[in-house]
Amino acid sequence: MTYTWLYAVAPAGPDASPWQVLPEGVADEHPGTVEAADLLAVVGPVPDADFDTDALQRHLGDPQWLERAVRAHHRVVSATVGRALPVRFGTVYRDEDRVRALLTAHADEIRTALAGIADRTEWGVKAYLDRARSDGETDGAGEAGDGPGRPSDDRPGTAYLLRRRTARDRAERALADAAGQARQVHLALSDLADRSTEHPPQPAEATGVRDPMLLNGAYLVHRAREAEFARAVAGLRERHGPALRVELTGPWPPYSFAGLPTGGDAG
Amino acid sequence: MSTPTPWRGTGAAPAYPGTAAAPQPANLADLLERVLDKGIVIAGDIRINLLDIELLTIRIRLLIASVDRAREMGIDWWEHDPTLSSGDHRRDLAAENRRLRERLGELEAARSKDNPDGGTGTGTGTGTGAETEIEPGAGAEEPGPDDAPSRSRPARKGTGARRREAR
Repeated sequence: MTYTWLYAVAPAGPDASPWQVLPEGVADEHPGTVEAADLLAVVGPVPDADFDTDALQRHLGDPQWLERAVRAHHRVVSATVGRALPVRFGTVYRDEDRVRALLTAHADEIRTALAGIADRTEWGVKAYLDRARSDGETDGAGEAGDGPGRPSDDRPGTAYLLRRRTARDRAERALADAAGQARQVHLALSDLADRSTEHPPQPAEATGVRDPMLLNGAYLVHRAREAEFARAVAGLRERHGPALRVELTGPWPPYSFAGLPTGGDAG
Repeated sequence: MSTPTPWRGTGAAPAYPGTAAAPQPANLADLLERVLDKGIVIAGDIRINLLDIELLTIRIRLLIASVDRAREMGIDWWEHDPTLSSGDHRRDLAAENRRLRERLGELEAARSKDNPDGGTGTGTGTGTGAETEIEPGAGAEEPGPDDAPSRSRPARKGTGARRREAR
């Protein structure tokens, strides 16, 4: 017996299926589509033994399984980008009829949400404090500015403490300044996007980057403005170069902008 | 693992001026924060609770798993994290060196300001106060001339011994 894993929802077009071949899904299955109420759901049959509540909850605790499944879900959703709403990972129905019932019951909200993301993709922009470069930039000025008459030759320990305090103050100023610049980056890019949002900054353990992340933004950009958006990112990277390291990722399916207008009694 | 070009089925891949190599495998952290947390929420027949504690647990475990990957990439942040590293001798020495210099700074400051015979310092013996807010010359308000040296000296001796062992 199988359950039905839901990947994405799209408007039903004139052509039977807009996707010739979809990549393999979370259970290595071949996803297909189910139609109802002029909507198309991208679904895949998954074995119930692996995807009932208990099994799924168990799998979620297994990083290897989870990474593989998350990447598979993303692969399938990515194949529908530009016209479909991604569905949150882990949405499973008993069968395809239940999915049809869902499409019919929520047709209006789904269509409204679809209109908001049609022909748009999500871009991610992260900004890190560029510690190496901002330190280099201010080194000379900092050394020359301090030293309120403390002979460093006489008292190396005192000189050391002073140097440390200066360095710490400088690091704090650099961080505050860079955080302000990251705000400017976010505002500038939000102007070019239809919608924008921010994810929490990722910890260094997740990124492998020791510099603090100051911006983890997501931007929903119409395809017609993509080139402009990319140029803006390049320009901001240049302008804020000494303080920030700016990273662009995408295009993403509009995960961060796929909320339904009403949560309601979806169950 | 091959990632299909995300634009399949919707026309030619667009050009990305100024962006480096757009279609690369997605970074796992980026993927998790989007795929696990986001997307339309329509409660399924099989309910799983991805939010709250479960998600945190998952993330923590993934981070641990990612240490191996980071090592492959030559990133060694965990080796400098005392909770993850069993013993990095160079690191110990550097820290010891730093503590000694801080301690020296405190002593000099104390001596030069208001305590000419010196040697009392702040009396903590660990030097960690300097990490936070040591003003040279401002840390000697508590004289304790009798027991301060005896409190600090064993600590010095202890770390000195550790330093020799590390060599």
